[in-house]
Amino acid sequence: MSELNELGLAEARDLLRKGEVTSVELTEACLQAIEAADALNAFVHKTPEIALERARAADERLRAGDAPAMCGLPIGIKDLFCTRGVPSQAASRILEGFRPEYESTVTDQLQQAGAVMLGKLNMDEFAMGSSNETSVYGNAVSPWRRGNDDTALTPGGSSGGSAAAVAADLCLAATGTDTGGSIRQPAAFTGIVGLKPTYGRCSRWGIVAFASSLDQAGPMTKTVRDAAIMLTAMAGPDPKDSTSAEIEVPDFEAALTGDIRGRKIGIPKEYRMEGMPAEIEALWAKGAEMLRDAGAEIVDISLPHTKYALPAYYVIAPAEASSNLARYDGVRYGHRAKLAEGDGITEMYEKTRAEGFGAEVQRRVMIGTYVLSAGFYDAYYNRARRVRTLIKRDFEAVFAEGIDAILTPATPSAAFALGEMAQADPVQMYLNDVFTVTVNLAGLPGISVPAGLDGHGLPLGLQLIGRPWEEGELLNTAQVLESAAGFVAKPARWW
Amino acid sequence: MSIDESTAAKVARLARIRVEEEALPALAAEFSAILGFIEQLNEVDVEGVEPMVSVTPMRLKRRPDVVTDGNMADRILANAPDAREGFFAVPKVVE
Repeated sequence: MSELNELGLAEARDLLRKGEVTSVELTEACLQAIEAADALNAFVHKTPEIALERARAADERLRAGDAPAMCGLPIGIKDLFCTRGVPSQAASRILEGFRPEYESTVTDQLQQAGAVMLGKLNMDEFAMGSSNETSVYGNAVSPWRRGNDDTALTPGGSSGGSAAAVAADLCLAATGTDTGGSIRQPAAFTGIVGLKPTYGRCSRWGIVAFASSLDQAGPMTKTVRDAAIMLTAMAGPDPKDSTSAEIEVPDFEAALTGDIRGRKIGIPKEYRMEGMPAEIEALWAKGAEMLRDAGAEIVDISLPHTKYALPAYYVIAPAEASSNLARYDGVRYGHRAKLAEGDGITEMYEKTRAEGFGAEVQRRVMIGTYVLSAGFYDAYYNRARRVRTLIKRDFEAVFAEGIDAILTPATPSAAFALGEMAQADPVQMYLNDVFTVTVNLAGLPGISVPAGLDGHGLPLGLQLIGRPWEEGELLNTAQVLESAAGFVAKPARWW
Repeated sequence: MSIDESTAAKVARLARIRVEEEALPALAAEFSAILGFIEQLNEVDVEGVEPMVSVTPMRLKRRPDVVTDGNMADRILANAPDAREGFFAVPKVVE
């Protein structure tokens, strides 16, 4: 048997149920792997006591034959989720010392399902970033390298710690959140599976808000089956989130039939970007071929407003962020700046926010403030919301024509080096989300599946986009792609 | 659209983020670059298109207007940088 921390959720679950391993053994294997992986800077708040206590409780439930779906499975939690009594900082200085008195609905449901929390995972500050470099903890590092070249690479972002931890087998799976691609891009960069569910599928309650109309939590896992298992535990209506949908959660694992015969897979011509690496273009064509071989029908489609998704996103997301982040005022939680003699409340706000927010967060809060300010609201914010309507209509039109899922590349490149984008203007970094951001704007489910390696031996992912609320079908198609691609590469251990 | 330093300073003030004088030129240049990128949206014909309010067509849920929670002032104040006698404390607001 491989090392216990290398297992996925489904394998570990089955071994636990057969009594061949215990949750304490699994948890200890992960805790040891975490201790040996500080070089990855993935886990930023470790909770070994909580983990072992929950593992022991899980073992008891397993022995008693009363084991819920994820009983005893050790996972990592993105720092964006509020976890009771455990630092939950959204990787920001402004939430330094914050220990929530409550538990987010998603992590609470995972706990109810028996999952064991190993600790909190690194991310971009307030989930704003694509490389994990805006984190107050310093960046997480990808376990992957370009062959023998020891240049440190980004695990992607914002859920970079989650991606690094899952890819390096520090945990069996992790939670992520995705506002413009923050689950799918890091998953693609690190050779794992990342699923952003339909907007409203998972409760946002207790997750530090970035852009409320776009944010969704989702699983980051080693296999598509694991994503199905974990989504089933995370999803569901919640009275505490008025945008969570009153739609019953099916058993997503049961949807994995392996049969996609007759399904129509759309290939959108607008995703063929100028300057796209030939390897990604080839992988995309190969992915389509694999789905065709499995009995699906491949159809060329058009999503004409794709080009405008990123600029619309960079109005809507900062606008919502500027409003959501207004709560960080140095009064109720987190950091408050030291004040000078005679400073009043305005100085307290201004100094606290200048010290507490990093450069990218400040930039986005100010852009958001600008596009919402008197005189510009219509020209920027309302126009972006109109374009968002058009982007959603593009998808509705192809779904109405019978398209079941859409296949695209997950990212425009493989993982880049940490620091490589430091001199670039912010817009260059934003382009990372070019294939993923449309999905958030349209509220659709999207999944990134590892599908191949580039010439340097780095993972590349393909994205499948599904119809709203049909994550089951989407996961089924993703699993067919996963098995056909047969991606088994793992990063060679250097940390 | 190009953003000048006084606009950048105004935005920083509205956002309640202190920006030092010498940082304003760089900030203004960044804003201009980002807004330049955003301005592509002007190419789109949005005539007669409704601005999106909710990505899933839904009526916001309602609940009975009753108290469901409370009596936990100490927990609410637990994370405050400065809490005194059951209140959040801030610098003097009114003279």
